[in-house]
Amino acid sequence: MVDVIAVEGVSKNFKIHHERHQSLKERLLHPRSGTTEVFDALNNINFTVSEGETLGIVGHNGSGKSTLLKCICGVLKPSAGEIRLRGSLAALLELGAGFQTELSGRDNVYLYGAMLGFSRKMVDGIFDDVVAFSEIEQFIDTQVKFYSSGMYVRLAFAVAVNVDPDILVVDEVLAVGDERFQAKCVDRIRRFQQEGRTILLVTHNADQVRALCDRAIVLDGGDMIADGATRDSLRIFREHLMADAVEHDPSHLLGSVRIESVSTPSGSFEVKSGAGLHLDVSVVSQNAYSGNFVIELFTHNGTLVSRSDAQGAPVNLTPGHNHVVVDLSHVPLLDGVYDLNVGVTDPLGHNVVAWSERAATLQVTYDGREGGIVELGASIRQE
Amino acid sequence: MSHAPGEGLRTRSSGELPVRVVSARVSLTTRLANLWARRELLVGLIVSDIRIKYKNSTLGLFWSMVSPAFTLGVYYLVFSIFLKNGYPNFVIYLFSGLVVWNMFQNSVNTATGVIVDRAALVKKVSFPREILALSNVGAAIVYFVVQLSVLIIFVAAVRHAPAWKFITILPISFLSLYFFTAALAVVMSAINVYLRDMKHLMEVLLQLWFWMTPIVYSYSHAIAPHLQRHGLTWIYFLNPITLIVVTFQRVFYVSTIVHSTVAPHPLIDVLPTWSYDKFLILNAVLLGISVVAFFVAEAIFGRLEGDFESVL
Repeated sequence: MVDVIAVEGVSKNFKIHHERHQSLKERLLHPRSGTTEVFDALNNINFTVSEGETLGIVGHNGSGKSTLLKCICGVLKPSAGEIRLRGSLAALLELGAGFQTELSGRDNVYLYGAMLGFSRKMVDGIFDDVVAFSEIEQFIDTQVKFYSSGMYVRLAFAVAVNVDPDILVVDEVLAVGDERFQAKCVDRIRRFQQEGRTILLVTHNADQVRALCDRAIVLDGGDMIADGATRDSLRIFREHLMADAVEHDPSHLLGSVRIESVSTPSGSFEVKSGAGLHLDVSVVSQNAYSGNFVIELFTHNGTLVSRSDAQGAPVNLTPGHNHVVVDLSHVPLLDGVYDLNVGVTDPLGHNVVAWSERAATLQVTYDGREGGIVELGASIRQE
Repeated sequence: MSHAPGEGLRTRSSGELPVRVVSARVSLTTRLANLWARRELLVGLIVSDIRIKYKNSTLGLFWSMVSPAFTLGVYYLVFSIFLKNGYPNFVIYLFSGLVVWNMFQNSVNTATGVIVDRAALVKKVSFPREILALSNVGAAIVYFVVQLSVLIIFVAAVRHAPAWKFITILPISFLSLYFFTAALAVVMSAINVYLRDMKHLMEVLLQLWFWMTPIVYSYSHAIAPHLQRHGLTWIYFLNPITLIVVTFQRVFYVSTIVHSTVAPHPLIDVLPTWSYDKFLILNAVLLGISVVAFFVAEAIFGRLEGDFESVL
């Protein structure tokens, strides 16, 4: 397996000028005024990405994930260390930043292609695909300034995914366009994966990472705090997010609630498909707290099967040990291993108060004839 | 990596893919290699620059020819009829200098602000940033070629034979002009990111610079006698544009010494009476200096570009 991306000892610090004097006059008049503070956005980051791997980079705002991404794309130069990239790279950062609004869509496709480092001949070859993918055939010779913002982004996305890059970098852009276009984008990313290309996905959306990535790294305050299988990294991400939130929590609610254990009466998490499941959850709380109880079920490769949460499941916790019962009347799942997450959120479901990622692993056995995740109980007959 | 069988899937061989390195310090040779590798982008930017300038105009690039032709026509009227300064064919003298100067001034003026103007792009897309400045120089070259054609057409029209022998020096002179202009454009575009006054300062400095270059007056006639007396001729030639302008004038205006058209018709020294060899050597030396200046400019740009993000 070849390393396509090697990040070695990369650090980046920014000088933050307070009261910056930008004009010559001010500089001459105040040669030493203002203070300069050095801000470390990245500290000694090391990792490699192999060919065909899809790596998620997660972290909350300000964790340095965008800085890292910009360094990898070459938009920013690291202050120390180096990054080696094998093959061509297309980045889906701020889509359409390279567009000249006065030029037509056609001209911009060529110009943007050249900016990404692809030759005119190559762009010629993919031009029709780009136009078809972006769905703006009839406006391709219109000046881009007359485009709607959706058309603008679609065209940029179409160029970036059609130029045939070896490495694709995606930064929180899967939220562009309408739902149908989003699905098209995800499809395209999956095809990239099948073709054995390397993908970097930066997001703070854990579901997206779970669905698309084999491996994830977690950044926090410029440090890499986890690098491993997506499930393990996401667990660290969630826990860390919680620990971090505790420090910034004015009401000191966080940390006062803890999921102690999840168990079943039999002690086993093996369940026959179609049978019910009774879960006993032990929650320790320091104070009285009213919130919502959340339960999530994921397939082994990260597809969300079900989430029951918020308004439907209020819990009133009292100081000390609390016993929460979750009854699943019947589990219509097919053969497989499923991960169970449980947690407590505030009454509106906005903030997580306690969380246990992979609190239990469910082993479902199924002896029917259906395939997939869920049993629909299909009966097929000819009339 | 196993590939699912199916249409549209391709096997990827990573063995021969080029490796790119992003690090804090990039060597000058790597910089220049990167620049060369992205020459298609440079051409694309130049073309889009010119397209945008003449978008929605029916005659397009033709306007870039009309404007200098009109200027030339006006100068011709003014200097051969109303403001006779004694130089025969003064309009050719003037225009051969202006062609060079316009290329230099256009490039530096537009390039100085270019990184700041395209900040959105600079912060989001990775490419050698100096290409933006170089594309301004490139667009100026296109206008230069158009103006030069106007001059050549005019020279042919009035049956004024150029100095054929000296024409071979023109390419060298032009390359010096290119590298020197590019060097200044690249450095200024980077400095302007940190000191935004540079753009305005440059506009003023370029006016001063214009009058320090023998375009509307003759070096040999107006400047040389005074400087020679003190042995200071070299100071005047510290301005690299001077030699380039004088070379262009030597080729198109030709005559070094002319009879004044104004009575009592004294002799005027218009251009230096240097031999072909002296012109060749001086231009070759200037080309060497300009190329070195361009490399230095690239190195300076590399130093300055690291912190663009925190200021833009």
